[in-house]
Amino acid sequence: MESNKNFVVGIFDDEDVLIHAVESVREKGLHIHEVYSPFPVHGLDEALGYKRSRLPIAAFMFGITGTILALFTQTWMLGYDWPMDIGGKNHASLPPFIPVTFEFTVLLSAFGMVITFLIVSNMKPYSWPRQFDLRSTDDKHVMAVDLATNKMSKDEIGRLLKENGASEVNEKNF
Amino acid sequence: MQVTSAIREPLVTGGKTVRDVSEDISRQVEGKPTNLWWMAFGVSVVLLLYGAYCFWMLLWNGVGVWGLNKTVGWAWDITNFVWWVGIGHAGTLISAILLLFRQRWRMSINRAAEAMTIFAVICAASFPLAHMGRLWIGPIWSLPLPNTFGSLWVNFNSPLLWDVFAISTYFSVSLVFWYMGLIPDFAVIRDRAVRMGDKTRAMIYNALSFGWQGGAKTWMRYESVALILAGLSTPLVLSVHTIVSMDFATSVIPGWHTTIFPPYFVAGAIFSGFAMVLTLLLITRKVFKLEDYITIYHIELMNIIIIITGSIVGVAYITEFFIAWYGQVPAEQYAFINRATGPYWWAYWSMMTCNVISPQLFWFKKIRTNLVATFIITIIVNIGMWFERFVIIVTSLHRDYLPSSWSMFHPTKYDIGQYIFTFGLFFTAFLLFAKFFPVINMAEVKSIVKATSEKKKY
Repeated sequence: MESNKNFVVGIFDDEDVLIHAVESVREKGLHIHEVYSPFPVHGLDEALGYKRSRLPIAAFMFGITGTILALFTQTWMLGYDWPMDIGGKNHASLPPFIPVTFEFTVLLSAFGMVITFLIVSNMKPYSWPRQFDLRSTDDKHVMAVDLATNKMSKDEIGRLLKENGASEVNEKNF
Repeated sequence: MQVTSAIREPLVTGGKTVRDVSEDISRQVEGKPTNLWWMAFGVSVVLLLYGAYCFWMLLWNGVGVWGLNKTVGWAWDITNFVWWVGIGHAGTLISAILLLFRQRWRMSINRAAEAMTIFAVICAASFPLAHMGRLWIGPIWSLPLPNTFGSLWVNFNSPLLWDVFAISTYFSVSLVFWYMGLIPDFAVIRDRAVRMGDKTRAMIYNALSFGWQGGAKTWMRYESVALILAGLSTPLVLSVHTIVSMDFATSVIPGWHTTIFPPYFVAGAIFSGFAMVLTLLLITRKVFKLEDYITIYHIELMNIIIIITGSIVGVAYITEFFIAWYGQVPAEQYAFINRATGPYWWAYWSMMTCNVISPQLFWFKKIRTNLVATFIITIIVNIGMWFERFVIIVTSLHRDYLPSSWSMFHPTKYDIGQYIFTFGLFFTAFLLFAKFFPVINMAEVKSIVKATSEKKKY
């Protein structure tokens, strides 16, 4: 973890106030490190200017891998590696392979996507997160502003956050 | 921006604030278990131990300890398997299908319903595993691994193998979906533990929450993952019971060989699943004092789903009879007449009464908003759904093509014991869940508190 990082932390009570605050402080040229909320706030990602997540693409890629792998494996096992004559039926026909193919697609897609999510979000069972304010999982929305990436002074940022509806402004050093 | 509807009922009552949600739900996890919890847990563990003894006797002596005979080769084991899998379906329906339909009322019930799904699927899986007899090799033989005699593979044309894939995928995807929902709530308990100075609890719940922070970017990704998991789980849940029904429908046994089975089984599964969710939630809301989160409105909506699915099941029963007559196949006609008037008539008419007639009482608003009536009817529905599977399985088998081999099925104490085993397992797991995990999805409920709770007094 980086040392000597100084943050100004603004606490917001209401999600609607928060979204307006995020929009207006960004217009003033403030760079927000991140906003932490107890629940997903719709519209916050657009207000912060985040691009849409590419996880759906990852899910699709994992899914299609599952489809191809399952179809190939079943056809290879029953059609090529050990063909069995059961009542003169085809060794490998598509319809009975669909259920397993479907299940395997879902399995790979779901697991692949969730594991990708954990990796890109840097979530591990043994890591302790850098917490700006413990109330951010309870009922407060916490806006963290990194002093190093902003030209404004600590007091200016504090005043700006207060003007935009922050109920408290604190400082946090790591 | 959320809009409060003037005509809809509030989803959370009691003027709760976001803070109250954390407080009310986390308190159960942080406090000591009540005496009532210990009593229920004690009973469940006793059932589990007795069941484990019966399971052990089965493994030691073989499947012969069950009451199966050469005519009725499938009975309670597969009945219980289908029954438990069906119960599991409501959890996924609530968490996935209702998410896609943006039904906000699912938010305070989805956690417990999904937990029920997971435990029910474990209980279900124990039956085929037990029926394979040799537990140490059975599961391995059902996987596509080359065996020791050469590269003879599993038969991908068999619905029983599809079941292996369907059930294991369903279990693992439901588990992931449920766990994803739990992650932010574990972080709530972690942060409360840090503030209370409880280091051990903070450590445990931090590990469980994967170090969740709740940044806007993470929430954005999280929501996208939840939506796709819901999109994947929706066809998955429909496929699972479809495949279970194909265990029967792809055979040539009169009474099983019907094309109506997949939709009929899925409707039946949702029907029994909602009944079980209600049975559990009515107890949970009382014991944990969650009346403001799981309101009469929630119960009423679930009861409406019970009327709909119960009626679909009723129509399916009648359709089966009609098609048996209309199809003009004597064996098929006999199978159905035997069901209703043969030696198992009592099972058939129990099924009809419990599944078709009893849920129709929910047309009365007084009954579907009455807790005692709901509790009783939901239990009756689950008894009826057990009989449905028993009727389909045993009555179709017990009088086969050769009258000299006709027979009846009599369960032994080990059949009953195996069923008791799953009840013990289910309730033990559910009680542990209710004690150590937050029973209501706090993050989701917090997001609707502002818009849909009763008007706060300013």
